[in-house]
Amino acid sequence: MPRWGMAVDLDRCTGCGACVTACHAENNISTVGAEQAARGRAKHWIRVERYWEGDFPDVRLKFRPVMCQQCENAPCEPVCPTYASHHTDDGLNAQVYNRCIGTRYCANACPYNVRFFDFFNPSWDKPLHLQLNPDVSLREVGVMEKCTFCVQRIKATTIQAKAEDRPVKDGEIQPACAQACPAQALVFGDLEDPESSVSRLSRSSRGSKLLEDLGTRPSVTYMARQS
Amino acid sequence: MHTSWRFYLLVAVFGGIVLTAFVAWMSQAYLGYGVTGIRWPVYWGFYITSFVFWIGISHAGTLISAILRLVNAGWRRPVTRCAEVITVFALMIGAMFPIIHLGRPWLAFWLIPYPSERMIWPNLRSPLVWDFFAINTYLTGSVLFLFLPMIPDFAVVRDKSTGLRHRTYRMLALGWRGTPKQWHRLETAMQIMAIAIIPVAVSVHTIVSFDFSMAPVPMWQTTIFGPYFVAGAIFSGIAALLIAMAVLRRFLHLEAYLHPVHFENLGKLLLMMALLWGYFVFNERLVTYYGNEPAEMAVFWRTQRESFAPLYWTMVVCNFVLPLVLMGIRRFRTITGCVIASFGVVIGMWLERFLIIVPSLGHKYLPYSFGIYRPQPVEIIIAGATFAAMVLMYVLFAKVVPIISIWELKAGEHIPAALIPPATEEHPLGELHP
Repeated sequence: MPRWGMAVDLDRCTGCGACVTACHAENNISTVGAEQAARGRAKHWIRVERYWEGDFPDVRLKFRPVMCQQCENAPCEPVCPTYASHHTDDGLNAQVYNRCIGTRYCANACPYNVRFFDFFNPSWDKPLHLQLNPDVSLREVGVMEKCTFCVQRIKATTIQAKAEDRPVKDGEIQPACAQACPAQALVFGDLEDPESSVSRLSRSSRGSKLLEDLGTRPSVTYMARQS
Repeated sequence: MHTSWRFYLLVAVFGGIVLTAFVAWMSQAYLGYGVTGIRWPVYWGFYITSFVFWIGISHAGTLISAILRLVNAGWRRPVTRCAEVITVFALMIGAMFPIIHLGRPWLAFWLIPYPSERMIWPNLRSPLVWDFFAINTYLTGSVLFLFLPMIPDFAVVRDKSTGLRHRTYRMLALGWRGTPKQWHRLETAMQIMAIAIIPVAVSVHTIVSFDFSMAPVPMWQTTIFGPYFVAGAIFSGIAALLIAMAVLRRFLHLEAYLHPVHFENLGKLLLMMALLWGYFVFNERLVTYYGNEPAEMAVFWRTQRESFAPLYWTMVVCNFVLPLVLMGIRRFRTITGCVIASFGVVIGMWLERFLIIVPSLGHKYLPYSFGIYRPQPVEIIIAGATFAAMVLMYVLFAKVVPIISIWELKAGEHIPAALIPPATEEHPLGELHP
């Protein structure tokens, strides 16, 4: 059984935001408009956090793409009263939209704030409504949603490989964010396979986990900046 | 019995407010949850504050009256029913909030463990499921605790009424005839309930506190929350009871039953709980300060001297300074003094719950995702209307049920001298039972 993970090279991230756009397009994440976004209703399953260091004019800008860390010991899972948030065998924090009743407890428990609530039924500005992904279900008002590591792509590729009676090749599965990243800062793969690129990057001495001391054991490794 | 126009006016006004809140909730369900001020990352706000607050108020009755019954405090007799009614109604109001605050309230029944064709059960690891069981147990228990001592009183009303009223009260009196056997059974049942309800009451607010202390959120994950919440609950419960008693005494003219000594005694309890509450807050703050964990300290200073400081210090004044002065100085421990202190405590305890929830959620670990919560009209209306709902239910209840327990008062007239608690100088208890 694979264990999916990701490595994020902060040295490569330029903060362009292509991952955010790709994620919205792939996962049918509704855009809420400027007004609602200002009120904290935007749903960016992946976001590029910007941190400034130093005083003007010696300012350094750092980027950190943050998505669901797919924790092995996820705080969001035990608190859900209906098992909408649960752990899959391949190490994903699955969110079953149809089972969610919207207590939002998972979002409070999440230290990374990567869970988003649907405050309204989804809608898109034209012509975005014509580009919905048929592989991803829409979420109705009142449920939580979050990054799935593009589970629809994982499933499709795994099923295809099984039909062809072969293992899934490293790099064959790419979430939308990793695929769209022009600098290849995001690397996705199987952490159980010691030879996969994500495994090698995760073992690097530059690697660390986000808020590691909370003991959530994330599946995402951040590679520290060297410059 | 004559019903004055004032009663209908009161019911109409408060009923109207409750109806407005219902419309507000419907609009929230219809227009989408976005009409509230809830936002990323402050996903709990006024609704959960109100939930914890009302569950807290519910500790007025059961706990106070159960303890007073067990220690056989003679002065409890006119007070117990006022208190037990608060419990039941406050629980009913409080228990609505987890449903009001749901994203999809029409699916709230998924918390009930029922065998479904999908073979999915509620997640018993979730504190919200513990809440569900705890509150239901407490509600069932306190309804029984309220109902049992009402049976002889229903029989009294039954015997004095005619027509439809007679038939209704006959049903409620459950065939009570006042035989020694029935009395014995009632006393036994009351004794069992009084003992059983105390651990239930303590556990309920501990479990409500688990909603917070089980999540890795700064300033939430602390072991003090259990006793802190229970103490706060009893504290606000006594305050609610004092206000209810003062209002009943004033408007139903119960001066003959609710004496200053009742207010004075409950005022002393309020004073003790204020000290206890003060200790718990000090302890919580002290432990956080010495622990010096960065994320916790950020929330700590946020409440202590940054954006939430005005609310924080208002809370300290309302919950600690005010009751300490008013209840600590004998001259102020009058009915008016008790009511002023109680209003302070009710406001302060509401703020306490708000300050536990919102500053922490808006200030978790990653600075990028800090956020500010601003309540919107729909939440303010619903949270505010719960107070009207409490008054409405209380008024309706006092209309149909004797709010002072008739038989317990009568029984108190003939108690052996050994059971009468020591009298104070200015309130010889002989006056209570002329």
